Amino acid sequence: MSGKSFTFTVDDVVVEASAGQTILQACDAAGVYIPRLCYHPELEPAGHCRVCTCSVNGRFSSACTMPASPGMVVESDTPSLNADRRTIIEMLFAEGNHFCPACEKSGDCELQALGYRLGMEALPFANLWPHRDIDASHPDIVLERNRCVLCTRCVRASRLLDGKSVFGLEGRGVHLRLNVDAGCLGETALSAADKAAAVCPVGCILIKDHGYRTPYGRRRFDAEPIGADIEAKRAPRKG
Amino acid sequence: MADEIGAVVAAAVAEVESDRTRLMDVIQAVQRRVGHIPQEAIRRVAEALGIHKVEVEDMVSFYAYLDREPKGRFRIRLARTPVSLMNGAAAVAKAFETATGARLGTTSPDGAFTLEWTADLGMADQEPSALINGTVVTALTPGDAPAIVAALRESHLSGARPILPDQQGIALPRAKVASNLVQSGPVVFRQSARGAGLRAALTASPDEVGQAVTKARLRGRGGAGFPTGLKWKLCRQSIGDEHYVVCNADEGEPGTFKDRVLLTEIADAVFEGMTIAGYALGARHGLLYLRGEYVYLFRTLQDVLQRRHELGLLGRNICGHEGFDFDIRIQLGAGAYICGEESALIESLEGKRGAPRDRPPFPTERGYRHQPTAVDNVETFACVTRILEKGADWFKGFGTRESSGTKLLSVSGDCPHPGVYEVPFGITVNQLLDLVGSPDAAFVQVGGPSGQCVAPKDYGRRIAFEDLSTGGSIIVFGQQRDVLEVARLFTEFFVEESCGWCVPCRVGTTLMKNSLEKILGNRGTLGDVRQLEALAGTVTRMSRCGLGQTAANPILTTMRNFPQAWEARLQPEAFLPRVTLGEALAEATRVQGRAPVPEEEGA
Repeated sequence: MSGKSFTFTVDDVVVEASAGQTILQACDAAGVYIPRLCYHPELEPAGHCRVCTCSVNGRFSSACTMPASPGMVVESDTPSLNADRRTIIEMLFAEGNHFCPACEKSGDCELQALGYRLGMEALPFANLWPHRDIDASHPDIVLERNRCVLCTRCVRASRLLDGKSVFGLEGRGVHLRLNVDAGCLGETALSAADKAAAVCPVGCILIKDHGYRTPYGRRRFDAEPIGADIEAKRAPRKG
Repeated sequence: MADEIGAVVAAAVAEVESDRTRLMDVIQAVQRRVGHIPQEAIRRVAEALGIHKVEVEDMVSFYAYLDREPKGRFRIRLARTPVSLMNGAAAVAKAFETATGARLGTTSPDGAFTLEWTADLGMADQEPSALINGTVVTALTPGDAPAIVAALRESHLSGARPILPDQQGIALPRAKVASNLVQSGPVVFRQSARGAGLRAALTASPDEVGQAVTKARLRGRGGAGFPTGLKWKLCRQSIGDEHYVVCNADEGEPGTFKDRVLLTEIADAVFEGMTIAGYALGARHGLLYLRGEYVYLFRTLQDVLQRRHELGLLGRNICGHEGFDFDIRIQLGAGAYICGEESALIESLEGKRGAPRDRPPFPTERGYRHQPTAVDNVETFACVTRILEKGADWFKGFGTRESSGTKLLSVSGDCPHPGVYEVPFGITVNQLLDLVGSPDAAFVQVGGPSGQCVAPKDYGRRIAFEDLSTGGSIIVFGQQRDVLEVARLFTEFFVEESCGWCVPCRVGTTLMKNSLEKILGNRGTLGDVRQLEALAGTVTRMSRCGLGQTAANPILTTMRNFPQAWEARLQPEAFLPRVTLGEALAEATRVQGRAPVPEEEGA
């Protein structure tokens, strides 16, 4: 698969990449974590959340879409970029209706985990408190739009991996919403085994009867911060 | 009804030969014939094109001028911009409410009229303006509303479902767009013979044509100023099955209307520039993306294309040049400012929502239908024609070293002679203000909302890519205007026009608007201003495309250039909540039917 390999630097760390890799893919492989939300390794990148935005040769670009190239100088872990990333996470908390203590996904939620990792404390913005519909019409899956962050992972997974196009976007601007390919989710071809039902980073697409199988306190991000799995790849070399 | 919808959809799909990328045309045909896009039509369009319903809904729900719910037979859309409001749009709106019986944002009880605000219609030189179905009415006064509404009612009596009132021979009062070319210049608007530039181009090789554009140092007139010759070179070098030439006629920047004037006065020169580009790039197809608001120009432009065909300036073996075939199609937009961004424009051309693409790859490499595509502004193509007519050296003789040639400026606002001025690049703001008769302007918005709010201390600055860059919008504001009120309207504009794809722009624009409203409502403190400035910085740095990256400019450039206007709004307290306790309790007070005891009010 790999073409010629080359190197570039991220925060003074030399990272090896092969032709065709994005900055994010190369950094993941090298154990350098760049915070991200809408990106999923099995899906084509979409550039929605902008959390992975880095300074690339002095210009801002999303690491998930920008191809790596030889000698590139990338800045990622800077106070300014991390503050911008935190602001984006805060925007998402203000945009939706997110009540972590009452959410089945708490501890396993990438939005919440990014909030912790990026040092989000009290929300500095007034909530927008939108009206969002819940769709529980499907026998196995519930769609809790209050928690949707419009990352389109489900849209992309359903189209490209499941071949069903169950999900889509509707509207524009701050009125953008997650749409389904029928009157309600129960009328679509979505199955609980679909990739689209498994890629949601937050508590929007939930498999019914699974909510509390793993108790609070023993979930993914209860043990270690988001990104720790990627950083672990690099840790041995440090020592 | 279902049968009728089925017939409309079948005809529209057949018209585009079941081409999925022509979804916009199919949907617009449904909107024209049915009056809105019912769910039944969406289902049938999806079926006929072999796509999912959710994909059709994705596209239809994006555009302001496509309706999924039935609306009034006549859609009266009044432009809501700083200039229209300065010229009395609020009173005009009231007059229309009275005449139609519809409140703003609603449909009249008899179902005849839907009245609503809309963004800039490209008529800043003749505000207040409105778009009534496809017809533009301008220079409105409250007194015009009854006559216009009466004429519309009369046209309805003839029975058919009217889309363009003039199709039924009903002349609407004020249905006239003045051309308003106030000052013609020596380059773009010079007198010239149709076909002269193209014939000159055909005596040279395609490479030489590209080199002439490079040598003329032509830069994109949309505002970004990318060197046109380099863009063409990159496009030509890219390998593809086809190369495409796209003309961006989606001028949506509030205050801009120079492309309207170009397409009215010298559409031939624009189409000719596209044809020359087709020759230079080895392209056979050109597309002109016309903003939906300019639908009234559609037929005239088709006529110009037809004439060029008849004269052998389009079609096969153009001007007798064996093997040079080029044709132009006009694609009509449907109300989305973001489609002026080149990659969003391409998405829209392909029948999708107008969401920008990530770059790289750039359109020159993978553009329309994933083929190499050169997207250039209307004015840029007109300049290309002139360069080929008169030579690169002649063209370079105008303007500055970095910005060659002349620029068309759309001047509006507090000035005695609004309209289009062709001026050499390098003109100072002071010189321009003298030219347009407004030497005492309090501030000038250069480049529209996404540009800069310029203070008198900077009137010595030059209009050029190397200093104050503009796609052409110049809005002049007199001493009586409130700079922050203008910033608020512009911020609202970005809230309406954000495509929503990326978080910083989708959410950030609304948060900025909310914060600005708090400050303008005299509840803002220093902390609010600091937070707003930080938020504006995040939106600027983290947004995906030019819209988001410039959406904070109304706030940031007024903070920089008019700090005293901001300071004047600040309250001395360390913190004030967005609403008072009384406002917060208003609903509870109403429900309970009793007011809180006075002690609780004071907090």
